[in-house]
Amino acid sequence: MTVNLSKGQGISLQKADGGTLTAVRMGLGWQAAPRRGLFGSRTREIDLDASAVLFAGGQPVDVVFFRHLVSDDGSVRHTGDNLVGGAGTGGDDEAILVDLQRVPVHIDQIVFTVNSFTGQTFSEVQNAFCRLVDETNGQELARYTLDGGGAYTAQIMAKVHRSGNGWAMTAIGTPANGKTFQDLMPAILPSL
Amino acid sequence: MTAELVRGQNHPLSGTRLEIRVSAGGPVVAGATLGGEDGKVAGADRVAHPASHRLPGLEVSRQAAADHRLAVDLEALPEDVHRVHVLLALPAGAGGPTSFGVLAAPFVAVTELDGAEIATFTITDLGVESAVVALELYRRQGAWKVRAVGQGYAGGLAAMLQDQGLEQAFETAAAINEAVTRGMARAVAPPPPRPVADPAPQAPAPQAPAAGGGPVNYHHPRRATATPPAPAPAAPPAEPGQPPRPVAGDANGWTMNERLYNQVWGMFEDLARSTAAYRSAVDFAESRLEQELDKVLSDPATRVGPAADAARAEARARQASLVEQARAVLDRDLAQLVAEAEVVEHALPPAFARWDSPVWQGYQVPLETPMALRLGELHLPERTDLRIPMLVRLPLERGLWIDSGRPSGLQAAIVDSSELRRLAMETAVAHAARLLAVHPVGDYTVHVIDPAGAAGGALAPLLQSGALKEPPAAGAQGVSALLDRLTRRVDLVQMAVRSGASDSLPPDVDTAEQLLIVNDFPHGFDDRAVNQLRYIADEGPSVGVHLMMVADREDARGYGPVLDPLWRALLRITPVPDDHLADPWVGHTWTYEPSLVPVGSDVLGQVLRRVGQARQAYGI
Repeated sequence: MTVNLSKGQGISLQKADGGTLTAVRMGLGWQAAPRRGLFGSRTREIDLDASAVLFAGGQPVDVVFFRHLVSDDGSVRHTGDNLVGGAGTGGDDEAILVDLQRVPVHIDQIVFTVNSFTGQTFSEVQNAFCRLVDETNGQELARYTLDGGGAYTAQIMAKVHRSGNGWAMTAIGTPANGKTFQDLMPAILPSL
Repeated sequence: MTAELVRGQNHPLSGTRLEIRVSAGGPVVAGATLGGEDGKVAGADRVAHPASHRLPGLEVSRQAAADHRLAVDLEALPEDVHRVHVLLALPAGAGGPTSFGVLAAPFVAVTELDGAEIATFTITDLGVESAVVALELYRRQGAWKVRAVGQGYAGGLAAMLQDQGLEQAFETAAAINEAVTRGMARAVAPPPPRPVADPAPQAPAPQAPAAGGGPVNYHHPRRATATPPAPAPAAPPAEPGQPPRPVAGDANGWTMNERLYNQVWGMFEDLARSTAAYRSAVDFAESRLEQELDKVLSDPATRVGPAADAARAEARARQASLVEQARAVLDRDLAQLVAEAEVVEHALPPAFARWDSPVWQGYQVPLETPMALRLGELHLPERTDLRIPMLVRLPLERGLWIDSGRPSGLQAAIVDSSELRRLAMETAVAHAARLLAVHPVGDYTVHVIDPAGAAGGALAPLLQSGALKEPPAAGAQGVSALLDRLTRRVDLVQMAVRSGASDSLPPDVDTAEQLLIVNDFPHGFDDRAVNQLRYIADEGPSVGVHLMMVADREDARGYGPVLDPLWRALLRITPVPDDHLADPWVGHTWTYEPSLVPVGSDVLGQVLRRVGQARQAYGI
């Protein structure tokens, strides 16, 4: 069952059987720009990037994105930059894996963001979505549809934060503008 | 996800470009027929078989084989094709089995182009049949589906084709059989059967020789077919609530040694990252404490008095509790790594093992070059007894520089300069002996430059065992003669490799890998020799000439900065523990300790004598 989250809606990542989530994946998928035929190299590729920013007490302490694929502690891993997108049929083109059990004790929030590196706004991108998946059983926890999302080039998707002994997830869904996660910092901070 | 079909079951197909893999217990003919809406095959041109192996949207192999791959492009099929039957038949008149009953059940899989299986079907319960319709791909309301059929025909191909409404059934069957017989006569002998214990019976065997059916066999005549590696030893199930018990070789790899190598590197990374998590948590706790104390101080109203003390105490408690939590997590990780290191250390082969490991006592001259070599071990201050073996890939991509200069940290005061030089040369000999011992006889040659004869004592084990071909080069003349020879070898081998004429090297060129140990640099070196040494350091590794410098950088100060690139190009290791190496992930400073022979042990002498005997036996 997939929850289509609305802005600001939170879900606890406690599982129904009382166990807590141990690993989540943020997946990002979009459809590659159509080929323009003969001069294929001039096709305007669409490059969306998924990033995760790790916060401790409101301070960003580490970030996982296409230039830093693994957090220093090894708990958050980016599977690699996809520069052009995929078939647009629902598969993840970029993914960030979070091993929640190994996240260092002082990290209390992890914010996931999506940026358009090549500058196309989400209204120009086809079949774009991002989602959070329980990595242990493949179940989708939350999904956003990005295309048709208006003239924005970025979105603060969701945050995973500590709650009690486990973790909870809150959908944020704030649109923003920026080429990489650095440009988004002012937009991220209010949602911590 | 793969659907395992049973007879009659169907499954939707999402893509239109597919591959159908067939594996059978012996050579079979694979073909396909294209049927119309009524299920009938309109003519012989609608049958893909070895004599007519390519139809629009469909390709089958041109001869009988135990394994087949059929390529199907459903979109490229003619419009009026509504069914594709994939059929298998035993080659007639080839002296092989005449019914499927005596063979292992054929297995067919529909896969995507990247090999991902969509559906599989094992055709069981065949008896006297010599032809069988394995699968049917069919159009249903514009979409394609696959159905497991498994219908056998005792009457063979002809009966099957007739059943599908083909008028020229007999002629077509005869044409197929004739083509197959021709193909069988041409085909090379099948590869030897794989061992029964093969863990992946469904894995496709290497492609049948040359899809074009040509006479050339592209397989290496003696190389075993690429069997998948034996599965990694599985960890025994863990006690509930306990971490799983570590197992040596619990990593990916094609051989046990590769697995151990990967496991050691995995432990290295895990330790680096766990420590990074701990250190960043502690740093954060410190900085938060400082901020909170500053806040208390900056407010005049609360700067003094019991409220301020309470606030300070609370801030300290928060810091202590976070550090404690971080330490608990680190201790958990370290305990697991210590247990793993314990298990792994005992399983390491000679090239990866410490000198005091029992594997060196039972040393035998190897037949193959190992993938890596142990240079020492690494540890972090958080847990000094957790040692990670430092393994480097062979052949060495960079030369080694054993620094006989004053160490930067730890033991600076303990060791005096001449003692350090002696230790450095002993370390070099231990590394060189290990390199000699882990290479097959005659595959590794060690040269020594010792201009002033200063390293006589340390070199004794190498000299006495006959492991060195010639005495160390001494004096300026000896240095330049040896460097001339090695330079020439690098140059000639490079030329031979570039022009692809490796068999036209002059007979006096030693094709074994070469290790050049240089002691006391730059003593005995003139400018020409220095240039040659730099040439060997730069160009040598790619053609099997490696450099091991035993030097104090201070001695070469007179050259100024021009030698800096040489030092940087070498991997610096030390004869005494020193913290100068960084890991590639987070850049911690690790303390390196060389692999040395335990004091009083003769293991090095024993091993080198073994090498010397083997060399004599081989006449090298």
